[in-house]
Amino acid sequence: MAEYSLEQGSALILGCSAIGAGIAMIAGLGPGIGQGFAAGKGAEGVSRQPAASGDIMRTMLLGAAVAETTGIYSLFIAIMLVFANPLVSRYMSLFGE
Amino acid sequence: MSVLLLNAEEMDFNIHVIKVFNIFGLKFVFTNSLWNALCIAIAITIFCAIVGHKVRKADPLKPQKGIVGLMEVAVEFLNKTTRDTMGPQKYNFAAFYGGLIIYIMVCNLSGLLIWFVPYRDHITIDFIRPPTADIAVTLSMALITFFMTQGFAIKEKGVGKWLKALTEPVPFLTPINIIGEVANPISLSFRLMGNILAGTVIMGIYYMLVPYLAYIVSPALHFYFDIFAGVLQSYIFMMLSMIYVSGGME
Repeated sequence: MAEYSLEQGSALILGCSAIGAGIAMIAGLGPGIGQGFAAGKGAEGVSRQPAASGDIMRTMLLGAAVAETTGIYSLFIAIMLVFANPLVSRYMSLFGE
Repeated sequence: MSVLLLNAEEMDFNIHVIKVFNIFGLKFVFTNSLWNALCIAIAITIFCAIVGHKVRKADPLKPQKGIVGLMEVAVEFLNKTTRDTMGPQKYNFAAFYGGLIIYIMVCNLSGLLIWFVPYRDHITIDFIRPPTADIAVTLSMALITFFMTQGFAIKEKGVGKWLKALTEPVPFLTPINIIGEVANPISLSFRLMGNILAGTVIMGIYYMLVPYLAYIVSPALHFYFDIFAGVLQSYIFMMLSMIYVSGGME
């Protein structure tokens, strides 16, 4: 650690955190696909049985919200890395004065 | 939803500490989201007292108009949802879930309102940071669901059957079942908090990046992130909580 200053280390951590936040949001693919399936099947069900559209709508929204959970987790990680980064303070406590 | 319309130069989504209390050696931190949640709870209590007074004075034989009619529709919707989801015997839970959904919905929508918010060492009039964008608020509500699930399961089935249900289908899977039970409140609370916090952050970034377009595009974004997501997530929280509690009792 002799040849690098603390500022350079922090900048490296911040840059890598930004990349990590971007990579974390790739998880948005999964909920998108899942909610698309749910909506498609919901439309199918309504066209087959229009009388049950209320029940189908309720079940679809519930399933879509549950499918969204993984996306929300990744979003939480990304927001934490960007706005409330715990790694820099940890680095400073490890290698700072 | 954000603070940025009034303080455009600083983007601040953090939870601020207002006061730290020491109660029996435990540190209790009073934050601005707790202050907002307290104000919302008081406002709902006053509103309910007024509406309850009106409902008591209303003539039950006539069709109702105004706020009493609206409350009638809401109560009917709640009763129907509870009966459909939990079954006709557990219909009494409607009262609890009514309080839960009203509180969560008002908390989610509170980002659109202005109120007195303590900030650093002075009090400002600012947009409310929604209390449900704080894990402390949502996790406390999810823990109510968790303890209700276990408590009503024990009350309904007895301790022996409750313990036996954890070892099904084979005793080997007991740790998985326990992890599954503990994961419920965590996923419930993170889902609600993540949606509301994401809406807050996205609206804040939007107002910071393109402030001159804000008056044209932002109503649509507010409709999606605040109103649609807020109402939908409160409904989802209530439905999942109902499913967990009634599933534990079976």
